Amino acid sequence: MLDLHGYGPSIFGGAILTIELAVLSLVIAFLLGLIGASAKLSKRRTPRYMATAYTTVIRGVPDLVLMFLIYYGGLNGLNAVTDWLYEISDGEIDMVIRFNEFAAGVVTIGFIYGAYMAETFRGAFLAVDHGQIEAGKAYGMTSKQIFKRIMFPQMMRHALPGLGNNWQVLLKTTALVSIIGLSDMVKLATDAAKSVGEPFLFFIPVALVYLVLTALSEWGFRILRVRYSAGVVGA
Amino acid sequence: METLIALIDQNEIFTFSALVHYWDGMVNTVQLVFLSLLAGLILAVPLAIMRTSKNPFINYPVWFYTYIFRGTPLLIQLYMIYYGVTLIDGIQDSVWWVIFEHAYYPCLIAFGLNTAAYTTEIFRGVIEATDQGEIEAAKAYGMGWAKRMRRIILPSAFRRAIPAYSNEVIFMLHGSAIASTVTILDLTGAARDIYAQHYTAFPPFMFAAALYLALTFTIILIFKQLENRLLAHLQPR
Repeated sequence: MLDLHGYGPSIFGGAILTIELAVLSLVIAFLLGLIGASAKLSKRRTPRYMATAYTTVIRGVPDLVLMFLIYYGGLNGLNAVTDWLYEISDGEIDMVIRFNEFAAGVVTIGFIYGAYMAETFRGAFLAVDHGQIEAGKAYGMTSKQIFKRIMFPQMMRHALPGLGNNWQVLLKTTALVSIIGLSDMVKLATDAAKSVGEPFLFFIPVALVYLVLTALSEWGFRILRVRYSAGVVGA
Repeated sequence: METLIALIDQNEIFTFSALVHYWDGMVNTVQLVFLSLLAGLILAVPLAIMRTSKNPFINYPVWFYTYIFRGTPLLIQLYMIYYGVTLIDGIQDSVWWVIFEHAYYPCLIAFGLNTAAYTTEIFRGVIEATDQGEIEAAKAYGMGWAKRMRRIILPSAFRRAIPAYSNEVIFMLHGSAIASTVTILDLTGAARDIYAQHYTAFPPFMFAAALYLALTFTIILIFKQLENRLLAHLQPR
């Protein structure tokens, strides 16, 4: 493994953190996206409006600003709660809750990309042939069974290209957590570059890791596409 | 007007000087994004034409460039150009220091190169999707390669690129927020300054978010108008 003036191992350790962050954020974004898409396609007005507000606002504001808002805002909120507990208990409850930066990063990125996923899934749900759902109903399936057996597998085929794009953007967005102080590989490389004074030596390996991750994801999504296109002629 | 002044006077966070600070930041953001997009656009046209070439010696270098710039985070690209240049031995004594002393130019270079890579791929897509019949017709009229490009392929390709390009413009606006990490006072930088003064996060960042949202909607509106004008012939009738 590259030594890089002794910083090598810790920077590649940061790469693991980047991957963990990206994968966990993807899980949250995926779930929020499914909920958001269902809400957008809902017959009732309230969930539809709420989901539209969510996707419009989140997609209209830079990731970094949202990150500051959620991260620093969360920090403020937590302090307010502990201060309040201290006040009402006359100093009995004096706790310091450590704000978990990693969790904050995951929640923030997941929340942002949930909005992009919701748009992707909404289009994909609409692309599923309505006759398929009617056929499911005719077979006496419950709506849960229809979702699991008919809607979801076919929706995924239409969603995969958009999902792949979102994932690639999400992966690169994780670099922003270095700005709010999380020790991902960008932060470690920046600190090392500043103290050693050789920026390219540290930034080029980090860039290469991102390129490798991008290439691996492309390959992974190709396999997924084959899998979800099973039974489609000409795909 | 007097009630407005009274409202600003009562406010602890959004004082008059804070609002001026936001305004300065917004001007910087708009300027930075506009200049980057302009530079990116100028670079992208020849690069996209090269990218569609069948000669691998012309095609591959461009492919390599777009792959690198689209496959790595913009933040890394900015850091590489910003720290990379400022930490070079002796640069601080050279004539170049006049340019690189301020973070503005490294930032402009990084953003311009980044958006050029994305724009190149957008243009490549639309150039390759040009109706084969149009090209054959141009050939039948005896047009050479350059004339065909200039009169037939590029004008129609630029029009069809508008929807995808509007997304790129919005991505650039949002991406520009990282300029605040290299000491540039943009809209995000202004919000960070106000946050550092008061240690409350919601009001300063909410205000910045609202301004970004307004800018985003403005861009969407402008491009909708452009599409209605220039893509009218492609609308479903």
